[in-house]
Amino acid sequence: MSLVSRHLEANGIPTAVMGSARDIVEECGVARFVFTDFPLGNPCGKPRDPRMQRAIVGIALTLLERAWMPRITVQTPFRWENDAWRDNFMRVDDGNREALARAGEERRRSQAAAKAKVR
Amino acid sequence: MDLPLTHRSYVSYIDRSREYYAAQGYDRPYAWAHHDDVPFTPLGNPLSGCRIGLVTTAARTQRTDMIGAPLMLRELYAQPADPPPARLFTDGLFWDKQATDTDDVDSFLPVNRLAEYAAGGRIGSASPRFYGVPTDYSQSRTREQAAPQILEWCREDGVDAVLLAGL
Repeated sequence: MSLVSRHLEANGIPTAVMGSARDIVEECGVARFVFTDFPLGNPCGKPRDPRMQRAIVGIALTLLERAWMPRITVQTPFRWENDAWRDNFMRVDDGNREALARAGEERRRSQAAAKAKVR
Repeated sequence: MDLPLTHRSYVSYIDRSREYYAAQGYDRPYAWAHHDDVPFTPLGNPLSGCRIGLVTTAARTQRTDMIGAPLMLRELYAQPADPPPARLFTDGLFWDKQATDTDDVDSFLPVNRLAEYAAGGRIGSASPRFYGVPTDYSQSRTREQAAPQILEWCREDGVDAVLLAGL
């Protein structure tokens, strides 16, 4: 997504990226970024909350108008109702380490089997 | 709560995904795109005269695999914004399926919200089509195939500026 934004900017079309993966977007480097600190999935506002969605799109439109240089990040004022998702997403701990290792092995096995079938 | 922290408050998905896949035995971490320079185009005209386009990473098509599990079709597409899509497909993308849902399209592709801004005169118009670029592991495919195609569609539709939202 950020790579597409960069290509449009390089070809004369201004853009604003709306997202929740702050590090991924900022490391790639985009002209304008509207960051909402939510779990990944709803970068334009909570589901079934049109008022919040309208506010976030409005912030992106204002940023389109007002940015005078690239790499401007604006953080929207919205917060998720709890913070549990921050630790839960892709969590690795003693409780799931073995299961993850097994899942990885299983996936590699099935991918190798699928490849062999194609040959 | 305004409490002091010993670490950053927002999640680093680069760190998190590297550790998660390492735990699965993938020892070569994904190399994320990184640039020192960032291209920039200022908005040339007042927003009230601009046509705005939308880009999403969601897919418009889903098929099922041999055992009936849903598979997102990773094709580039341009689709009419009116009528707005009742749903789009996100199963194959990287997002937090435990914490939230993507049943409301406007939570990740604000097609109705943008139409409201057009109706109210804040923007000149919304592009008649929105554009789909399902996230691709391959950065070179995104750069060399997806990005030029999205640019071409934007030019065909006379789009002046674009809002992009990745899941």
